[in-house]
Amino acid sequence: MAETLLAIRGLSKRFGGLLASDRINLDVTRGETHAIIGPNGAGKTTLIGQLAGDLRPDAGAIRFAGHDVTRLGASLRSRLGLARSFQITSIFRDFSALDNVALAVQAHSGSSFRFWRAARADRALRDPARLALESVGLGVRASVLAAKLAHGEQRQLEIAMALATKPRLLLLDEPVAGMGLEESQRMVRFLGTLKGRITLVLVEHDMDAVFTLADRISVMVYGRIIATGTPSEVRGNEQVRRAYLGEDAAS
Amino acid sequence: MASSRRTIALVVAGLLLAVVPPIAALTNQPFYVDLFRRMMIFAIAAVSLDLILGYGGMVSFGHAAYLGIGAYAVGIPAFHGIDNGFLQLSLAIAASALAALVIGAISLRTSGVSFIMITLAFAQMLYYLGISLETYGGDNGMRLTVRSQFGGLIDLYQPTVFYYVVLAILVVFVVLGDRLVASRFGMVIRAAKSNEPRARAIGFSPFRYKLTAFVIAGSAGGLAGALLANQTEYLTPEFMHWTRSGEIMFMVILGGMGTLVGPVLGAIVLLLLEDVLSALTVHWQIVLGPFLVLVVLFAKRGLFGLVSGAPHNG
Repeated sequence: MAETLLAIRGLSKRFGGLLASDRINLDVTRGETHAIIGPNGAGKTTLIGQLAGDLRPDAGAIRFAGHDVTRLGASLRSRLGLARSFQITSIFRDFSALDNVALAVQAHSGSSFRFWRAARADRALRDPARLALESVGLGVRASVLAAKLAHGEQRQLEIAMALATKPRLLLLDEPVAGMGLEESQRMVRFLGTLKGRITLVLVEHDMDAVFTLADRISVMVYGRIIATGTPSEVRGNEQVRRAYLGEDAAS
Repeated sequence: MASSRRTIALVVAGLLLAVVPPIAALTNQPFYVDLFRRMMIFAIAAVSLDLILGYGGMVSFGHAAYLGIGAYAVGIPAFHGIDNGFLQLSLAIAASALAALVIGAISLRTSGVSFIMITLAFAQMLYYLGISLETYGGDNGMRLTVRSQFGGLIDLYQPTVFYYVVLAILVVFVVLGDRLVASRFGMVIRAAKSNEPRARAIGFSPFRYKLTAFVIAGSAGGLAGALLANQTEYLTPEFMHWTRSGEIMFMVILGGMGTLVGPVLGAIVLLLLEDVLSALTVHWQIVLGPFLVLVVLFAKRGLFGLVSGAPHNG
């Protein structure tokens, strides 16, 4: 039995009358790529928000790498090795691409109460940042202002920032959303190269991406996980077909 | 490129300020030593505000509070016969650091308009506290009977000596600030300004860093206040009034936020304009107002941005 890296137990979150997370139980095994799919409004982003530490659950518990992280904020979870990309691209727009990644390296290089040496001349920050940028194919764009990067490049930058924190688990909220076909294929290929090295939890609407990447898939509907299984199990699940895959899968 | 331009601007500004006393002596206009000294004192306050406003995105609308605390830290001991300048300046820095720690610890839990309002409210509280200090002149304030004494080492009663002391403090402060904003510490507060949720998501806890920056800025504001009390030889709660906070903020915006050298320029230009325009007409604010609006509209990077063309974060 493989080791469980992330364990979610009875996670519930209510917004007014809407039960966005309804007693969610989920185990993510170290090294697996786990996709979470479901129609709009199923509560996928709420779940990601609770996993990342932006939202406090009303009930339930989240254990990550042996720690109860239910009440930890986003920055402490990041330091435990839980990295994320945002659904809506979130970068330091007025910094260069390299600065963005170097900041991520810095956040994981001990205290930043260092007042004298220039951070931009610090090879302990710049070299790993450059490597991470090159790994996502943005090496030649290192000195470009992040705001000036193309949309797809900004998404790659987010991944580079996440990777620079040397995460054990990477939460990806719609990594190929808004990308052109070619860009999104490139991103899927790149995420494929991470498979097995880093545990991936992926929320995605693009079914090609999901079925290419995922080892297991969980299907969310109305705040609940109605099925978890391998891609072929999920594809064959009648409940899932009715609730979500609809005519697309039937045809 | 941009950083070498900054260095050049810094050196040129320093040299220009350094030649003010000899030129004033040659032209027999000692008044200018006094005026430029006043500008540089406000420049220290403006640069300290720029650290948190321009680099940290903390729109503190109560920066004059620290001016006042620094001034009273000189005035109150002097009133009781303690005129040791080392003691007074240390007290000014310590007291304003403590005030900034308390104000920052509370107000930094908010953001946006709330943050502006809370910092403003704290400054106004201190303003009214100053008014209530009847022993020390209440709302009339009081004369500083004797300028800070430095055991015969430095004589603030010599205008040029006082001038070069202020210039030295300003230069050291700008150079230290320049290191600070480029350091790892500086990168954290700038990242938090740029995108705080992102800063958290990559593992920073920005609060401690922002609070530290807030305290550094407050203590420098206090030091400026201690100098200001010596400059005017008078101190009043007016030092802490919100219009004074607004004036300091305007120096920063006029000169260029997030540039450190810009606020020095802003302080000089604003006080110079006030001086020149108020000599021409009593309605000088009617001229000054539109000028400031034009600068904000057409020179988003302030006067320093116009001069240097330096990009943000460059």
